[in-house]
Amino acid sequence: MGILEVQNVNKSFGGLKALQNVNLNVEEGMIHAIIGPNGAGKSTLLNCFVGKLIPDTGTVMFDGHSLLGKKPHEINQTGVSRVFQTPEIFGDLTVFENVMIPCFAKRDGSFRMHAIEKVEAEVDIRDKAEQMLIDVDMIDKKEMNANSLSRGDKRRLEMAMCLAQDPKLLLLDEPTAGMARADTNNTIDLLAKIQGQRDITMAVIEHDMHVVFSLAQKISVLAQGTVIVEDLPENIKGHPKVQEAYLGGAH
Amino acid sequence: MDAILLQILNGLDKGSAYALIALGLTLIFGTLGVVNFAHGALFMIGSFCAVTLQKILNISSITIDETQKDFLGNPLKVKTPYVEAWFGEVTGQAIINWSVPLAILFAIPIMLLVGFVMERGLIKHFYKRPHADQILVTFGLAIVLQEIIKAMYGANPIPTPAPDVFRGSLDFGVLLGFDPNAVIYPYWRLIYFAFSTVVIAAVFSFLQFTTFGMVVRAGMADRETVGLLGINIDKRFTFMFGVAAAVAGLAGVMYTPINSPNYHMGMDFLVLSFVVVVVGGMGSLPGAVLAGFMLGILESFASMNEIKSIIPGIDQIIIYLVAIVILMTRPRGLMGRKGVMEE
Amino acid sequence: MLGLNKKDSKFLLIVIALTVCTPILLQPFPEGSGLAQFNAGYPDLMQRFAIYGIFAIGFNILFGLTGYLSFGHAAFLGVGSYSVVWMYKLLDYNVIWGLPLAIITSGLFALAIGYVSLRRSGIYFSILTLAFAQMSFNVAYSVLTPLTNGETGLQVYTSDKQILLGANEPNSPHLFGLVMNQSAKLNVGDWVFTFNIGYYFCAVIAILAFYLSLRIFRSPFGLMLKAVKCNQQRMNYTGLNSRPYTLAAFVISGMYAGLAGGLLASMDPLAGAERMQWTASGEVVLMTILGGTGTLMGPVLGAGFIKYFENIFSKINETVLHSWFSWLPDGMEDAIVWVLHFFVGKGWHLTLGMLFMLIVIFLPGGLVDGASRIREWYKNRKGGGAASSETSTTPAE
Repeated sequence: MGILEVQNVNKSFGGLKALQNVNLNVEEGMIHAIIGPNGAGKSTLLNCFVGKLIPDTGTVMFDGHSLLGKKPHEINQTGVSRVFQTPEIFGDLTVFENVMIPCFAKRDGSFRMHAIEKVEAEVDIRDKAEQMLIDVDMIDKKEMNANSLSRGDKRRLEMAMCLAQDPKLLLLDEPTAGMARADTNNTIDLLAKIQGQRDITMAVIEHDMHVVFSLAQKISVLAQGTVIVEDLPENIKGHPKVQEAYLGGAH
Repeated sequence: MDAILLQILNGLDKGSAYALIALGLTLIFGTLGVVNFAHGALFMIGSFCAVTLQKILNISSITIDETQKDFLGNPLKVKTPYVEAWFGEVTGQAIINWSVPLAILFAIPIMLLVGFVMERGLIKHFYKRPHADQILVTFGLAIVLQEIIKAMYGANPIPTPAPDVFRGSLDFGVLLGFDPNAVIYPYWRLIYFAFSTVVIAAVFSFLQFTTFGMVVRAGMADRETVGLLGINIDKRFTFMFGVAAAVAGLAGVMYTPINSPNYHMGMDFLVLSFVVVVVGGMGSLPGAVLAGFMLGILESFASMNEIKSIIPGIDQIIIYLVAIVILMTRPRGLMGRKGVMEE
Repeated sequence: MLGLNKKDSKFLLIVIALTVCTPILLQPFPEGSGLAQFNAGYPDLMQRFAIYGIFAIGFNILFGLTGYLSFGHAAFLGVGSYSVVWMYKLLDYNVIWGLPLAIITSGLFALAIGYVSLRRSGIYFSILTLAFAQMSFNVAYSVLTPLTNGETGLQVYTSDKQILLGANEPNSPHLFGLVMNQSAKLNVGDWVFTFNIGYYFCAVIAILAFYLSLRIFRSPFGLMLKAVKCNQQRMNYTGLNSRPYTLAAFVISGMYAGLAGGLLASMDPLAGAERMQWTASGEVVLMTILGGTGTLMGPVLGAGFIKYFENIFSKINETVLHSWFSWLPDGMEDAIVWVLHFFVGKGWHLTLGMLFMLIVIFLPGGLVDGASRIREWYKNRKGGGAASSETSTTPAE
């Protein structure tokens, strides 16, 4: 039984079939990488998990419940967090406020009219947010404006925000895209550390094979909208179908 | 049947004005990505171009005619407009009489200039700023323009009649076999409708059939790529701003005989024109035109006594009501493109 | 104090002190002197400071925190005014009945309008609110005449029932006998200070309104509203539903507007449809921007600034201008007066429009931002070593 089960998902945009009969099974506690050439449908697939897109047919089950037709915030409340390709953070707020918001969302649900309470008095939220910042080594930047962070730090912050919700499943959309080598390695270490500490299931979309093979415990290869191989990392490297997909053999 | 026809006709002239203003708004929005709250002021300035020309043509030399006395027994002061002195009485009077159509020629360069100055002087600096800032600065500009006109021309509406030839009305019904006097339609309104159709057609053909227009349309769709092709899109967009200003101005010039211009007419039309743009779909030129005529005609229908007796006050709110319904059911308006102004 | 931290408490105390002393502070020039025309300590002007301050504080909760630019808040102002005048007509002149009703009706009205409008964002939201407000204005003028008395405006007639009206009750708005338009005058030398009951009534409510907005700004709810403005996508993917947050902000700010409208009718028992026109909506936007969007004090300052200069500028006429510039040579005097006369008196809106453009262009943060920039500049210039190193460390990290 996987925590995320995707069965026969199809999605087309006009005449373009972006996803065709996609099947995917993400097992609990694993880092599952989804790789594939450009335009293979990776981001489309991810968007079907979080409620941004609704598949034409097929089912997406998370933890035994269907995710189809749910709004992004409802899906998140069931325990799915997402890291974006370009970090999505609250740019005009401080780093600390950025992390406090998901803590509130975890504790109070999708809406609560707490207009007379004080942010300052929310000790449990503040402690938790601080702990998250310590976990990603950003506690010294607590009071900084999030917009003024470096790209690597923005990514860390976004990660801390997702982790603050104690998600069961963390979706990462090219977490190291556009990063320098040093930042990429830091991110790999961070992800490995998180998985070691918290036992979170992760699904990662990634281009960088260095990242994929340092982290993934299982890999699905997506090409032209379908999963062509799903296997352990060591079996993927030399797999003929994968080479064909990447090296561009229609023959 | 004739009543329905009459309402459609009645809606056409207001609809034309909406369509023209909305067309300009959409052009500016589509090319420059700017929400121009000062567009109504451009319409108003156009109207005042006609007023100004009428005033200029009426500048007179004053002579004292000793042979005639006024009712107090003083010698009569006779005003002779200079144009009459120069071109002879008949031609001179005809020129004055035709001041509104003549103002079209007068208004085009002025409106283009106003448009260029506005874009280069102010709007240019707001491309990268949030839409709220654009709305606010053009809103401020609209107030300024409106107040300048008020300071220059006063607060009262200034009558600017159409040429005498067009004063009367056409018995439209007779042409279609209805009873005489059933469908009476003033000539000028007919001309206004024809005029705006011509302007709209001109703008569309300009965009459709010229290279310049093609580049502009490409730029509306994807500004960055066109810029990468080495085409100076900014200059063209500045020109389009001028065109949009001229379209609004012409709409204003020709509207003067229908409604005597006053300083706040721009704002009155602006609010409705924005509704029109949103109903048509932000960024869609055909949408703007379609919605303009549609709402003009709907408004005219709603003001029929038969309808008002069923739903009192419907004429006052119909446009807003339609706008709300359309925005709720078709979020992007009738013909809006995806992703425009949604963030 | 009152659940505020030290800094905020100090801030609130300063605001309270300023509000209490307003009748004195705004009357800096002795009566009869040439500068007396710049005094602003008249009851009706001070009342407007407080009332429009409330209106702007409320608007700021919506626009400043969530970034949703409403162009239709005047509708709530109008609803508030009508509610209060109706209570005069039905019950009596005690404002205690009308004001809560004004808040409730405008809140319900805001709930209905907000529920529909907030399904859209950006310019679509602005246009929807504008459409709703114009619709309300048009309807108030025409069909709803039985409720609003159309063009004449709603007012109390002797034929009205006023079922609670006692024999000795004052015949103008009052709070349990404290008559709003009553004032005490204090003469100190050449100075005349007017302490008006209506002003203090508005001031107390304004302080409460300000305090409430301070609490909202510092609350988790306020933080969520700021999050809406920053990044709605991230907010939704963080498990937060942004719609009820924005709707709550919309309703709260609508209630503030209703309260302000109610107070307008409490000072002067009249309510007209023009209060709902979009120009009135535009005015509150101006106030908020001018003072500083999203800042606590900005909207109040903006409201005060606009109402003060509106009053002063519209009183200056050509005669006054001539008296100012009489020391200049004749030709020059006439030229300057000719130029300036466009900007004063009836031309006040021209000045306002220009000022507004200048603020948006050069000082998007408004007056509050301008003040802090000047402070910064002054500190850098004066402080040299210590101060500049302090300012440079924060962004350098």
